[in-house]
Amino acid sequence: MDIVNFTPGSAALGGVLIGLSAAILWLSLGRLAGVSNVVGQVFHTSGPEMSWRLCFIAGLLTAGAGAATLYPELIAFESQAGYGQLIVAGLLVGFGTRLGSGCTSGHGICGISRLSPRSIVATLCFVGVGMATVAAWNAMGAL
Amino acid sequence: MNKMVTAFIAGLIFGVGLIVAQMTNPAKVVGFLNVAGPWDPSLMLVMGGGVLVFSIAYRLPKPRTPHLAERFIEPAERAITRPLIAGAALFGIGWGLGGFCPGPAVVSAAFGEPKAWVFFLAMLAGMYGFSLLGRRPRNVKDPLAVVD
Repeated sequence: MDIVNFTPGSAALGGVLIGLSAAILWLSLGRLAGVSNVVGQVFHTSGPEMSWRLCFIAGLLTAGAGAATLYPELIAFESQAGYGQLIVAGLLVGFGTRLGSGCTSGHGICGISRLSPRSIVATLCFVGVGMATVAAWNAMGAL
Repeated sequence: MNKMVTAFIAGLIFGVGLIVAQMTNPAKVVGFLNVAGPWDPSLMLVMGGGVLVFSIAYRLPKPRTPHLAERFIEPAERAITRPLIAGAALFGIGWGLGGFCPGPAVVSAAFGEPKAWVFFLAMLAGMYGFSLLGRRPRNVKDPLAVVD
């Protein structure tokens, strides 16, 4: 197996920051940092339940806009996908994470930390299916 | 107010973490999922770092209530259900096709990247579509406890 582009230091540091954010949200607000829930529930809620979600999303957007403004040279963004492909992918990710009650953060980080059997199964499932999808896509492209 | 500021700071740190880890780069994510080809294992360390820190925070001696809220809210559902598996599988297909999961989609939309915007809007449409179906997990006494 060829290992390429491996960036263990920045990956682990980024992971620690994400864990820290989840810890802050848990210990202060008593909520789990699952982004698909934070965003998706915006369609269901109102009042204070809506406000903290919008503030968390504003934080995510500020991180993105801030990094793009202050350190544009540090941001790598590369996508081979076409627009039609991205629309299908986005619909699947939006619907799938709501149906499956979580995504990479809610199941993958918070759920595994809590040793939730549901989250462990879901994470194995979306990582496995994601890998199979990339393999199938590459195989079709090679035809 | 404190609650809103804290949520904003948590979102900010979360977003910086995703950027530092390069999860906001779809090519990096696809490189991780491309386990059958040249493979980039970096994302395993993102998950490892996050799990390490949150595992500790989750097991700290817990105060009766969170600092700024009345109670801790966790998922009540325990069973491995069909929607859980089907949803995770659909998410996996979309993740492999686009290289975005929900957090990075929000952050990279703010980079101003058109491809990120298209994905982000489609993702919101998918989430909204799920809401329209009105499917709520059954056997849950506390609707707030439906936490992803």
